[in-house]
Amino acid sequence: MKPEISNHRRDFPMLTRKMHGQPLIYLDNGATTQKPLTVLNRMDQFYREEYATVRRGVYGLSQKATEACIASRETCRRFLNARSADEIVFTKGTTEAINLVAASYGRKFVQAGDEIIISEIEHHANIVPWQRLAEEKGAQLRIVPVNDQGELIFSAFEKLLSPKTRIVAIAHISNALGTIHPIREIIAMAHKAGAVVLIDGAQAAAHMNVDVRELDADFYCFSGHKTFGPTGIGVLYGKLALLTAMDPYQCGGDMIDEVRFEKTTFAPPPAKFEAGTPPIAQIIGLGEALRYIEAIGREQIAAYEHELLLYATEALRRIPGLKIIGEAHHKAAIISFIMDGVHPHDIGTILDSQGIAIRAGHHCAQPTMRRFGVPATARASFAFYNTREDIDELIKAVSSVRKVFGP
Amino acid sequence: MSNLDELYQEVILDHNRNPRNFRTIEGATNYAHGKNPLCGDDYEVYFNIDANGIIQDVGFQGAGCAISKSSASVMTTLVKQKTLAEALELAKTFHLLVTQDEVAAEIKTKAGKLKIFEGVKKFPVRVKCAMLAWRALEDALTSKDATHVVSTE
Repeated sequence: MKPEISNHRRDFPMLTRKMHGQPLIYLDNGATTQKPLTVLNRMDQFYREEYATVRRGVYGLSQKATEACIASRETCRRFLNARSADEIVFTKGTTEAINLVAASYGRKFVQAGDEIIISEIEHHANIVPWQRLAEEKGAQLRIVPVNDQGELIFSAFEKLLSPKTRIVAIAHISNALGTIHPIREIIAMAHKAGAVVLIDGAQAAAHMNVDVRELDADFYCFSGHKTFGPTGIGVLYGKLALLTAMDPYQCGGDMIDEVRFEKTTFAPPPAKFEAGTPPIAQIIGLGEALRYIEAIGREQIAAYEHELLLYATEALRRIPGLKIIGEAHHKAAIISFIMDGVHPHDIGTILDSQGIAIRAGHHCAQPTMRRFGVPATARASFAFYNTREDIDELIKAVSSVRKVFGP
Repeated sequence: MSNLDELYQEVILDHNRNPRNFRTIEGATNYAHGKNPLCGDDYEVYFNIDANGIIQDVGFQGAGCAISKSSASVMTTLVKQKTLAEALELAKTFHLLVTQDEVAAEIKTKAGKLKIFEGVKKFPVRVKCAMLAWRALEDALTSKDATHVVSTE
């Protein structure tokens, strides 16, 4: 294991604090990630020394702030390898990005009798917007099942695809189970059927290379706060032709071309989808976070986190009465597990008392829980700042659950 | 005793492993559904109340953490043969016990067996777990609407 990657742990002030008198071991990176000093400093500096509105000031400060936002958009373009920065729409996060596509693409192009395909193990944010759209339009939501390992059953997906398929919406990585879906193949097959594909990249963007052109994704979205950046900012990538054909999302300032009482014309993308004053500091903070990730290298991050995954999986499997939920062959560093006779919330409380933060619950993926016949799971999710020592502490703490609850 | 040992006392763990009155009651006179959607704890409580307002039978079903399940189980053991007013008073006592920093001596006396849950208040995020069954009890005994779902989140 290369030590130099986890050395970046020192960049994160939160990781030096204590929790209940113990050093904090943060293993809830699937929910949100901690922030490196460079992001904190950049946002602080912007608020202290550079703050002004964007796109509408003739004064120097506003021009500088506008340039910083343009630079961030360019960073996002490079991060996803999009063709043009005009294909990068800033949203509040992944959830808003999916809602935007459902509202602006879905309302315009989905009709009664059409079908929308999602997987059985999506996050609620990639289920409910489509469900609402389908109800509104009289379209059908189709569900691709997964096998007991949590892998998409590809033959079932093939069968569901038809000329009626309008949209395929699927996670790059399952937040509840860690499954990495074969999205390149999914996209290619969906395209053959004439559907557009949205990839929910919330769990992937900070953990592996994403190249939207190589994938040929129509839409790809992720959240700033899961990529070591601030909350309240996310990215929707959309192919320019699709964004151009879509209707606006929200209406207001900045998204117009010309407003007359008789008729308003709209700005081209991405401005068409960004009504109102944007979250300026968050946009700048996101750019800083993505440059920070690029400097470490996503291939190196992915390789390191995969080693953490293997190390943690092997150690957890040795604990009697513990079962890992989701054992896909291609898996990110997310491990969901249950223990005989102990509810995940009780595991979470016991680990917290030892300074270890994990998620316990349904992970906003109730259909996934139902598929695997559990009400909830405990979930440890890793980032490059975690170490084998963190995992050793996790294993000790999980073993101590048995001491509290008895054999 | 550490905070954790105080939370997960042996009696609580025993009720979690072997919940009492863990059954539905056919034709129950009173019923409520308690559910915390964010955490997923989900219980249904059933009561048979006679013409004199005495709880003759009580049962519960559902799934959740050790705190919510043992709290529901202990609740069922305490309210049988109690009047509606007595059961509702006990719910109030329980609420004070798990939320007040300084619990008055008379409340502790009234709480009796419920005192094993006092350690919950050192874990503020778990108070909602302990309260869920009692909130359902309040709903079952005071509301005629059996369709809505109560929550402590």
